[in-house]
Amino acid sequence: MKIAIASGKGGTGKTTLSVNLASFLAEQQEVVLVDLDVEEPNSGLFIHADLIHEEDTFKMVPDWKEDHCTFCGECQKVCNFHAVIQLGEMIMVFPELCHACYACSELCPTDALPMIPKKMGKLKHLKNNRLHFIESRLDIGEEQAVPLIKKTQKYISEQLNGSFIEIYDSPPGTSCPVIEATKDADYVILVTEPTPFGLHDLKLAAETMKELKKSVGVVINRDGIGNDDVFQYCENEQIPVLGKIPNDRRIAEIYSQGKLIYKEVPEFRLALEKITAHITTLCEQQNHS
Amino acid sequence: MKIAFTTKGTTWDAEMDPRFGRAVYFLIYDNDKDELSHYDNSDASNDAHGAGPKTSQKLFELHPDVLITGNGPGGNAAAVLEKTGIKIYVGAGNMTAKEAFEAYKNNRLKAI
Repeated sequence: MKIAIASGKGGTGKTTLSVNLASFLAEQQEVVLVDLDVEEPNSGLFIHADLIHEEDTFKMVPDWKEDHCTFCGECQKVCNFHAVIQLGEMIMVFPELCHACYACSELCPTDALPMIPKKMGKLKHLKNNRLHFIESRLDIGEEQAVPLIKKTQKYISEQLNGSFIEIYDSPPGTSCPVIEATKDADYVILVTEPTPFGLHDLKLAAETMKELKKSVGVVINRDGIGNDDVFQYCENEQIPVLGKIPNDRRIAEIYSQGKLIYKEVPEFRLALEKITAHITTLCEQQNHS
Repeated sequence: MKIAFTTKGTTWDAEMDPRFGRAVYFLIYDNDKDELSHYDNSDASNDAHGAGPKTSQKLFELHPDVLITGNGPGGNAAAVLEKTGIKIYVGAGNMTAKEAFEAYKNNRLKAI
């Protein structure tokens, strides 16, 4: 069972929900928490576990061999990402823009662009009792999150058996990294705030997930501020509201200390119990089908 | 000598576009022939990434001697432009193309 925790808007509480839900579930069963917000992973601030594996991650990028090149311009033409630029009798490669699709390399008639590995980030695997925590972090200056998200998912499918519940802390927004982080999920939880801004970005996220044919539920964070429009929207769209986290200064204080909230705030634990009940039903349905 | 301006329109009265990679137009003035032409670069606004190198490559093909723009190119674009030998002047983001040309002639723009 793979559950992605996403949102349109940033700062709605994806990480707060991810780390608390994963830790809460891990009191009873094996859980894998994965931080796929590789541009700014922060789940690790809240997870105290032992490092059991660490590796550099690489993506393949073209490397120009001047003496093989006939300056035909095919590489520049086929690159959708402007990562290969021809200036007369010179080819410039921008590895940070490269999506590692191999088109330039494969289509080069003279093999002047062989692919070579380039380090893009680091993957860490930590473990604390029943909780596995995987964090990938993109190197500074790297622009492409998608190759690292793919690598991370590959690591999980190879190293960790599918009987775990997997919780994916996803990047914000609705662009490529979010698609990559949610496309294999069995269920997507969208975290939002009951404000006009929260609603605006929730709509974008919900529409994106509809396009991906994902079943979704909403968790409302900072309940008590704003207005009822988010609730109304969920009702109209028939999206279940799985839980509500109150707007409470205690939560902010505990968060700022890097601690788990459900252990100290009963209302938060209650919200997690409701979400867990929903997930358990989904798991049972999945096992039956 | 050919001078390229990043602009939002196609005449001397057009506002300058302060951006380089996603500039809407290049207005090209050929000083020797006293001719004004333009290149439509509006495609670049559709690119999530890589607008800088792409636009720089286009500018290379247009081969002006001088580029007059606003904020100046970003890192990737600057890396390409450096190879083209085009002289770059910045700080004309809030002017019209005409005003930017006057400012250039009077050495009021910053070379980078």
